[in-house]
Amino acid sequence: MNTKVSIAYLAGLALLVAAPTVIYPVLVMKVLCFALFACAFNLLLGYTGLLSFGHAIFLGTSAYVAGYVIKVLEFGPLAGIAVGTVAAGALGWVIGSLAIRRQGIYFAMITLALAQLMYFIYVQAPFTGGEDGLQGIARGSMFGIDLTNDLALYYVVVGFFAAAFWLIQRTIHSPFGQTLKAIRENEQRTISLGYDVDRYKLLAFVLSAAIAGLAGALKALLFGFATLGDIHWHTSGEVVLMTLLGGMGTVFGPVVGATVIVTLQTELSDKVGSLVSVIMGCIFVFCVLVFRRGIVGEGVALYKRMIGEKVH
Amino acid sequence: MADFLGVPLPALLGQLMLGLVNGSFYALLSLGLAVIFGMLHIINFTHGALYMMGAMLAWMASAYLGLGYWWSLVFVPIVVGAFAVVIERSLLQWIYKLDHLYGLLLTFGLALIIGGVFRHFFGVGGQPYSIPPELTGAINLGFMYLPKYRAWVIAVSVVVCLATWYMIEKTRLGSYLRAATENPALTQAFGINVPIMVMLTFGFGAALAGLAGVLAAPTTQVSPLMSSDMIITVFAVVVIGGMGSILGSVLTGLGLGLVEGLTKVFYAEASSTVVFVVMVIVLLVRPAGLFGKEK
Repeated sequence: MNTKVSIAYLAGLALLVAAPTVIYPVLVMKVLCFALFACAFNLLLGYTGLLSFGHAIFLGTSAYVAGYVIKVLEFGPLAGIAVGTVAAGALGWVIGSLAIRRQGIYFAMITLALAQLMYFIYVQAPFTGGEDGLQGIARGSMFGIDLTNDLALYYVVVGFFAAAFWLIQRTIHSPFGQTLKAIRENEQRTISLGYDVDRYKLLAFVLSAAIAGLAGALKALLFGFATLGDIHWHTSGEVVLMTLLGGMGTVFGPVVGATVIVTLQTELSDKVGSLVSVIMGCIFVFCVLVFRRGIVGEGVALYKRMIGEKVH
Repeated sequence: MADFLGVPLPALLGQLMLGLVNGSFYALLSLGLAVIFGMLHIINFTHGALYMMGAMLAWMASAYLGLGYWWSLVFVPIVVGAFAVVIERSLLQWIYKLDHLYGLLLTFGLALIIGGVFRHFFGVGGQPYSIPPELTGAINLGFMYLPKYRAWVIAVSVVVCLATWYMIEKTRLGSYLRAATENPALTQAFGINVPIMVMLTFGFGAALAGLAGVLAAPTTQVSPLMSSDMIITVFAVVVIGGMGSILGSVLTGLGLGLVEGLTKVFYAEASSTVVFVVMVIVLLVRPAGLFGKEK
């Protein structure tokens, strides 16, 4: 990470540690889960140029698996989170290997269709509880800390978030991440430079799926349930919107986007009912037409213009 | 009574007919997607919403204006097409130069808006829409009863698809269209108004979705939710068929409808997933799609 990003990262972490004194921790945890989800998604869309339109399936798979491990197999929350994350990564490997057989717009359609396939399987599978979902996932305790206390869970979630966020940054700035960016900019040229592009794409996909899974497992632990809503394509659309609104290909964009969208949804859901999706749709249209850099991207561009740097 | 693998023949044929009816909708929708993609390079996510809109407009015309099925069959596709033209002129035309992914994102947002507006005003409950009196009842073919309406849906969509193929491949207008798809700048230089062609193409593709919606209205409960999963199945159909060929997408649509019908008979649990399973197999065996060209 460069200095500016490191400073911002530490400042953000300090804010998160202090946040529960002023904000209801459950809301912040919800935001963090979706922010992590969006960061994982951004690793693919923003840094590799792959639009996965079925990413909710990784969030939801991990939520179900973690819930199952904790509730039915009665292992602790740590095992649930670990197994859920691995399961999401494994599913990411399967879906990723199929989807990277086609490029561009087809990639998006294939990921969407495969996620829908899994959705239908989960609706019928006995372990997901079908329409009712998997209810009553106990938080239990981790490292001897009782997680039924919201504040205790909060610091655990912040810990996981900070670690995963750091991992994503580390990936982006590694030689591996540079290759991903090369693929985004010009896939043909990257191939001709001798890179096995498919392997890089697949690895990025698996990593992104696993981190999305981590977010899903944390979410299941937070609310105590996993439902079909987690794996529905609306949720996949939401993570696209969060990333787009915050600024795709920026470090903090997905976090900002997730904060705005989750807050909006929490505020609006009781007041406007089905119009929520109209509002989300309008934000989508607005972002695509005139706000493609997103909040963070526009902010950075503004800053660069102010200090006299050229913005392309 | 004749059996086929332990299934009574009339039941089997009945399911196959139903499958073909569904396949007709897949064919009309994937044809529209393919035509639009060829010209605009946009994957139109609103296609499912336009299909729902077609059915809802038919129901509204009957409930509020007292206009019957035949009126709707003619006018609803025109209204849906006109609506799409407005969208194209006001929104889509600004993003043609961008990465194709933005087209998908923009139309996804529009689909959310259209779906949300209809849910807001009409709720999620299904509305009945009756089969027109001319097409009620069934024909006795000897070995099975053929419901007239199902035969009608299949016939209309096959005729419309073939007419579309003819128009694009065999007429002067179609040759302009193909030229504009191949090389818009050069076509423009020859004095053909490409932006107008693009606009009409989008309107036409949308009208096909509207037509599918009207045809579907009497076969199902008309509701704002009827499209929510349809578009994803149609995406799978498009991935399977490849978007390069018009007849290809029509055949793929009808064929997958049949496969779905067969699955309902022999292993009903998989009927919602079978199209996606076929997609996985095609991706493994022939990644470019059945009718697509390898790059």
